[in-house]
Amino acid sequence: MTTMDLTKLDLVYQRPKALVDIYTHYCPGCTHGVAHRLVAEVIDEMGLRERSIGVASVGCAVFAYNYFDFDFVQSPHGRAPAMATGIKRVRPECIVFTYQGDGDMISIGTGEIVHAAARGENITVIFINNANYGMTGGQMAPTTLPGMKTTSSPKGRDVEAAGYPIRASEMLATLDGAGYIARCSLHNPKNIRIAKKAIRMAFETQLRGLGFSMVELLSTCPTNWHLTPFEATRWLEEKMIPYYPLGDYKIHPALVENKV
Amino acid sequence: MPVKGTIVVDENLCKACELCIEACPVHVIALSLDTITPRGYHPAAIAKEGCTGCGICAIVCPEAAITVYREKLKTPSAEAGGTP
Amino acid sequence: MSRELWEGNEAFAEAAVRAGVQAYFGYPITPQTEVLEYMSWRMPELGRVFLQAESELGAINMIYGAACAGVRAMSSTSSPGTSLMMEGLSYIAGTEVPMMLIDVVRGGPGLGNIAPSQGDYNQIVHGGGHGDYHPIVLAPASIQEAVDLIYQFFDIIEKYRAIGIVMVDGSLGQMREPAEMPTMREVRTEIPDFAVSGAKGREPRILTSIYLDPVEEEKTNLRLMQRWQEIQKNEVRYKEYFMDDARFAIVGYGSAGRVALSAVRAARAEGIPVGLIRPISVSPFPVQVLQSAAQQLDSMLVVEMNSGHMLEDVLLAIQGKIPVEFYGRMGGMMPFPDEIFDEIKRLVKGPISLEGHPRDRWLARIQTVVNG
Repeated sequence: MTTMDLTKLDLVYQRPKALVDIYTHYCPGCTHGVAHRLVAEVIDEMGLRERSIGVASVGCAVFAYNYFDFDFVQSPHGRAPAMATGIKRVRPECIVFTYQGDGDMISIGTGEIVHAAARGENITVIFINNANYGMTGGQMAPTTLPGMKTTSSPKGRDVEAAGYPIRASEMLATLDGAGYIARCSLHNPKNIRIAKKAIRMAFETQLRGLGFSMVELLSTCPTNWHLTPFEATRWLEEKMIPYYPLGDYKIHPALVENKV
Repeated sequence: MPVKGTIVVDENLCKACELCIEACPVHVIALSLDTITPRGYHPAAIAKEGCTGCGICAIVCPEAAITVYREKLKTPSAEAGGTP
Repeated sequence: MSRELWEGNEAFAEAAVRAGVQAYFGYPITPQTEVLEYMSWRMPELGRVFLQAESELGAINMIYGAACAGVRAMSSTSSPGTSLMMEGLSYIAGTEVPMMLIDVVRGGPGLGNIAPSQGDYNQIVHGGGHGDYHPIVLAPASIQEAVDLIYQFFDIIEKYRAIGIVMVDGSLGQMREPAEMPTMREVRTEIPDFAVSGAKGREPRILTSIYLDPVEEEKTNLRLMQRWQEIQKNEVRYKEYFMDDARFAIVGYGSAGRVALSAVRAARAEGIPVGLIRPISVSPFPVQVLQSAAQQLDSMLVVEMNSGHMLEDVLLAIQGKIPVEFYGRMGGMMPFPDEIFDEIKRLVKGPISLEGHPRDRWLARIQTVVNG
């Protein structure tokens, strides 16, 4: 195979500068890495690095602050939207976003996320939905599908005993304070590109002061789903998308001309 | 004639998840079974001719480990030898 | 500045405003809701940040964020809300950012009632949040004293990057007294060098309480302990009354100390050589003061509005050198001067039994008081 002279070639893509050049602790094939990359690309493209403050939550992404090249704080489990509120209210010129998993945001953090959205806090929430508690080894989460086996629902989620999953995007979109809410997926190239546009739209919402913005990213968890990374993307497409339909759930009228 | 491209995979970051292998439209990426990264993985790399520098592998890579290159595009008239 | 009649809660709020507080996040709970209500118009009036949070849990985490962003931030709450804030306090301590909290204590445990008590001493002073941390806790006994302490408190906690808690009981929050407000200070604009504010022209800063490597976590804990030792050396505050020739002493803080002072005055009028030691900082605790006093005393009486929390710290300081007796009222009941005067007379008459724990001896006596 002929090797090409790189100096004579156009650069099509390289990793974003806002991502620290460091090996991450995420499992092979985990789409946390894709989500991190998209956020970093958007922050690079919008020139926001020197104004950004991220709020890491508790879950697999607890060490997110090691991977981004800008200011970051660490919040207790579920409290990131409250911490982000405190920061944004005192430093409104900064771009403040949280990065939360499904257990963090929709189980212990339900109070904080609902009220941040209701207040129309000008923060952006990157919400990773992989239908389980990843960091602690794959327990049932509020987003676990009916019948889905996890370490704390070994016979499959029984809706009689454990109730039904929560659709966070639909729920939060009912709040007037929400400016932009979208659900996207990271399971294939087409959807990853759409997700990046949604993330960009969410940060635009914050920049323009149009209220609370959130992008829910359906994500894979190969390790706890006991699937290979590629099989996990197929499982997501077949099983999660029917329950969590993709699309825009809330768009502030002022954003309409830039709709994804 | 398709454009020629290539990728460079950072062996310090690649975790051999194989998402790029599945995503590549021309199926030219494979794990290098004769190489082991410092972390113990067989890294992904171009295994045969045909890369067009489309960048889809980089879109799916969770580690942002892939840098994508493509040869400079020639205009059709220049290729045909006609007047620009 | 002139003396005006102030309600306690509003005075605490205004004192913090004068001290340059930049952000207040709170939640309604009796008997401190007036702090929230006062701040709801006073802070926006000055262009500062005010927000009523969704719960005390939300409030303490908003403070956490604002403190990380390098501004003077505070909240106020009462006992059930304080319990909710314990998680946040532990995180704030672990991240080593300063913040101020006012706890207006009420009867408990559980929902209890809205009457005054001192039942939060243990959770505040001995750290109700998990892990090794020590907040600086001040216990004023009058509105003016609270105003003066709050006015200097931000400077103190910022010096040590510590949590500062002003612990008062419900009566102090609700009462009205004349007080003079200090002059308004400029709000600070410089950003402390630990704060996150957007990494413009500098390396990014990370504020976290995670130290996954036990070696690093131990270093952090040692750092916190060394800072605590500095605080113990420099920040003890107390007041003594009639102690020069005293042979008996009452130890009480906040409203309990204030009521005890009336009893001490009454006793002195009858020639009883009794004095009062009133801790103003309960954390750090005035250990030395009590130990030196013990050398001249026959016995001590601890008065609290709980089942004897500070009592244990007094016993630890005295180390059995002299008898220590206890008198307490709980559940929102306030002790009256005549009850304490009776206790003083009992102390003077003697002898004091050294059998068992002073709390048990008190429990035997208090039944008669409670049952009339």
